[in-house]
Amino acid sequence: MTKTKSQELNLKSTRDGFGEAMLEVATTNPEVMALCADLTESMRLEKFAQTYPERFVQVGIAEQNMVGVAAGLAIVGKLPFAASFAVFSPGRTWEQIRDSICYSNLPVIIVGGHTGLNVGEDGYTQQGLEDLALMRVLPNMIVIAPGDFAETKKAVHALVALKKPAYLRLTREKLPEFTKNTNFEIGKANIIKEGTDLTIIGNGPILTEVITAQQNLQNNFSVEIINLHTIKPIDTETIINSLQKTKAFITIEEHQIIGGVYSAVIEALAQDKEGSKLIGLPHLALGLKDTFGESGAMRELWQKHNLDNTAIEQTIKQVIEWKHA
Amino acid sequence: MSAQLTPNDIHRLTEITKNVRSNIIKMLYHAGSGHSAGSLSWAEIMVFIYFYLAKHQPQNPQWPDRDYVLLSSGHHCPALYAVLAEAGYFPIEELVQLRKLGSRLQGHPQRQLVPGVEISAGSLAQGISQAVGLAIGLKADHKPNHVFCLMSDGEFQEGQTWEALLLANKYHLGNLSIIVDVNKIQISGHTDQVMPMHPFFEKIADFGWNAIKTNGHNFIELNKAFTQDLSNDNPSVILCQTIAGKGVSFMENNPEWHGKAPNKEETIKALTEINES
Repeated sequence: MTKTKSQELNLKSTRDGFGEAMLEVATTNPEVMALCADLTESMRLEKFAQTYPERFVQVGIAEQNMVGVAAGLAIVGKLPFAASFAVFSPGRTWEQIRDSICYSNLPVIIVGGHTGLNVGEDGYTQQGLEDLALMRVLPNMIVIAPGDFAETKKAVHALVALKKPAYLRLTREKLPEFTKNTNFEIGKANIIKEGTDLTIIGNGPILTEVITAQQNLQNNFSVEIINLHTIKPIDTETIINSLQKTKAFITIEEHQIIGGVYSAVIEALAQDKEGSKLIGLPHLALGLKDTFGESGAMRELWQKHNLDNTAIEQTIKQVIEWKHA
Repeated sequence: MSAQLTPNDIHRLTEITKNVRSNIIKMLYHAGSGHSAGSLSWAEIMVFIYFYLAKHQPQNPQWPDRDYVLLSSGHHCPALYAVLAEAGYFPIEELVQLRKLGSRLQGHPQRQLVPGVEISAGSLAQGISQAVGLAIGLKADHKPNHVFCLMSDGEFQEGQTWEALLLANKYHLGNLSIIVDVNKIQISGHTDQVMPMHPFFEKIADFGWNAIKTNGHNFIELNKAFTQDLSNDNPSVILCQTIAGKGVSFMENNPEWHGKAPNKEETIKALTEINES
């Protein structure tokens, strides 16, 4: 059997990180449980279900009930992770999350898989592209979008320690890791690369394209990259400090621009005296422009929606040109 | 819990129910809005659960050995608040704060605000899923606590309810009882016309549950139904036939009173009827 490219490079996805981390946290935290709505293998919960059958609840294809059951488990002291594809949960389950979890402030982790255009060939109905907006708007909700395998594992451990309502955004595609040596603290953005000409703020595996773009341009431009793994609560201080330095920025997300990273950044700036002065800086938002996803290879979709490294490089040049105009 | 209610038990429960009904009317009058008919139809059932059946400690609401009583139909919270106050969870004088700014007695209940309130509610069918979660968690830990989930018949029009019925059957949740107030009205009119559920009893039984019918205004009948329920290892639904607006003649069986509060004149008339019953 020939190995695929990702096997050769030993690439792993964020969902792989989730599955591995769940096995780790389960050993030391007996209250951790997992729920799934028939997508056990896709959400990488098969080993958890086999290892801890009494701590795994297979609810069948019934996401709304899954969220309520998770809330009930939390009331009796459990720490449930309720997993499905993001389009179904939090897509279909938004109101259950709103009332049963957030309003009651119950420690339930909603895990949404198959987010972003990297879902690829399955097409729009399987591509979670609105989940950050749906979860960000709810009071009490913590929203995390890890960038790679290692960061997902760190996020799961941090969420188990925190015990609060949270949303964890996962992806399917196996991509290179870039957070192996970084600290992870919920609510504290990581500066992946320091720079002085322009700041790029984003989260998730699309940051691999940002890193490629930055490297391709590094002889000409000094680009700062902020990994906004926690989109809520947002790290306003890190963003403001960076923008005051670079005076130009780009946001990037595998999500609708409406309600996602761009919205979160601007909303944060607008609620801060110093931040509000930065809204007028030259900037552009990369992401889905109020449109649907579709079938295609990941890279084709990234190209079409200006999210690949070539489009990012052009955008960097454009915004820096505006800054100097 | 004894198998049979004594005349003293019945007298005591009846007197408490009168207080609860009076307080429901007073609360709704002071609030100026709220759900009268459904709150009144719950009175005997809730009094029976809180003053006879369930293990709980009003002075220690988080008692780990308590039975969990979840009100899923959150709009009926005037009945729950009145019963909790009567039981001593918080002062009866506080009831008139219902729906006022800054009050912990929200128009639909929030679990962290009110001692004795186990779940936040107001969006129909969310309670049964939480009840199933509680029952799964308690069963996994081999705990003897029982879970009672109080639902309106209208909640069975939500798909989520049937998802939860399937799961409770799968997990053989003998520690779970769903109590349904079958008062046959909903906000748009009579349930039979808005969304016919017939044959309601058979539908639920077909989902693998014990389905039990009883009279939701009769303590002896309630006791029989609950005794039967708790001696069985499967999850149970107890369908309580009730009269919407029970105890106040001009509210009874009238969908107009689903989501309306009495004015001063109606309040006086209602309180007189309840006291003279």
